Amino acid sequence: MSKIRVSTEINNEEVEYLCNPHDTMLDVLRNQLDLTGSKEGCGSGDCGSCSVILDGELVCSCLMLAAEAEGSKIETIEGMSEGGKLHALQQKFLERAALQCGICTPGMLIASKALLDHNPTPTETEVRYWLAGNLCRCTGYDKIVKAVLEVADDMKETA
Amino acid sequence: MSETQYLAPKTIDEAVKAHSAAKGSARFLAGGTDLLVQIKSGIKKPNLVIDIKKIVELNSIKEVSDNEFKVGSAVSGANLNRNKKFANLWPGVLEAFRLIGSEQIQGRASLGGNLCNGSPAGDSVPALVAARCTATITGPNGSKNLPIEKFHTGPGKTILEDGEMLVSINFPKRSMNSADAYLRMTPRTEMDIAVVGCSVNISMENGLCTEARVSLGAVAPTVLLIEEASNIMVGTDLNSGILDEVSKLCSEACNPINDKRGTIDYRTKVAAVLFKRATLIAIDRIKGR
Repeated sequence: MSKIRVSTEINNEEVEYLCNPHDTMLDVLRNQLDLTGSKEGCGSGDCGSCSVILDGELVCSCLMLAAEAEGSKIETIEGMSEGGKLHALQQKFLERAALQCGICTPGMLIASKALLDHNPTPTETEVRYWLAGNLCRCTGYDKIVKAVLEVADDMKETA
Repeated sequence: MSETQYLAPKTIDEAVKAHSAAKGSARFLAGGTDLLVQIKSGIKKPNLVIDIKKIVELNSIKEVSDNEFKVGSAVSGANLNRNKKFANLWPGVLEAFRLIGSEQIQGRASLGGNLCNGSPAGDSVPALVAARCTATITGPNGSKNLPIEKFHTGPGKTILEDGEMLVSINFPKRSMNSADAYLRMTPRTEMDIAVVGCSVNISMENGLCTEARVSLGAVAPTVLLIEEASNIMVGTDLNSGILDEVSKLCSEACNPINDKRGTIDYRTKVAAVLFKRATLIAIDRIKGR
């Protein structure tokens, strides 16, 4: 079967890959590009652990074909820190212990970043609704929500 | 799934031709939040997947004339939500559409996909029916328009013939003395499927109702338009007696199933309650304009 050649941009770098028509974006990120930060939880769009930002939009990379990425811009968890410096959300998750086993964490961070990109001053309710597509079976969510709200507050002060 | 081919045409014409020329079965792919799950689980096994998101017309929102919108069948919830004018004119449609899935799902899922998937519980469908929307369909034998309430023939079944494609959902010209509202009942507060959905779309002038459309979801094999509701509501001030009368009609129209998510009795009763509540919200929205 013939493979599809895809040119795309991942974390500000131009990337080309060959994929099968049925490969998901998550398959290619993890198995071909060694970007294993995005996790496969459910594979059906319910858990959010494979979240990436596609052309500014938060999506599940398990519900997207790798072929669909042609000409797109993708942000994954691997692009979140800059030059070894953690993103404010990553730093705050550490400080507030907003993770336990860590499987949901890349998805939580990407989803939280997408939220703050769209809405830098969310209410607690808005954070909880926005993160409703990211399941965590360890933390009970409270520390995650608080960490996101604190980063939003910090951003307000520095703005 | 190993034999599936993928194409991403740039025009409607190319997409329709590719579908006709496909060896075996072909499916149009919009957001993929239903289709890719169905393919992964083996429920659907298309030989060809035709991605329609690169077709500009299908992935854009157009204001055809002042306050008259045409929404391409592949436009995502996140995209439609950013159109402030549309959101102001059709709050009920947007709240129904935005109830579907998480933000991740909203980044991809489309109105067109919700229609074509054909679930009787699809949240946006009652809202589109109440809004008096039409669907533009094109295929090998030409194009046509039809009202959304004629789109479904049963659970998961639509009037689309093999090779036909949903192009757009067309909203009628909107006046500022109109508003709509959608409410649904779910066991959980979020990330759930409607046990009952109800959409009400009304226009009022000088305190009297001049137009009314009431639609129910998840209480019958297809979404229902309660046609008699309009006869009772128009010309009145929508007092509680009128709402009682129409809420009875809503319950009578229900022909639901019993399942783990809701019983026949429960769905039938809740339909009446949601109708009243949605109507009151729509009235408030008109007053607030």
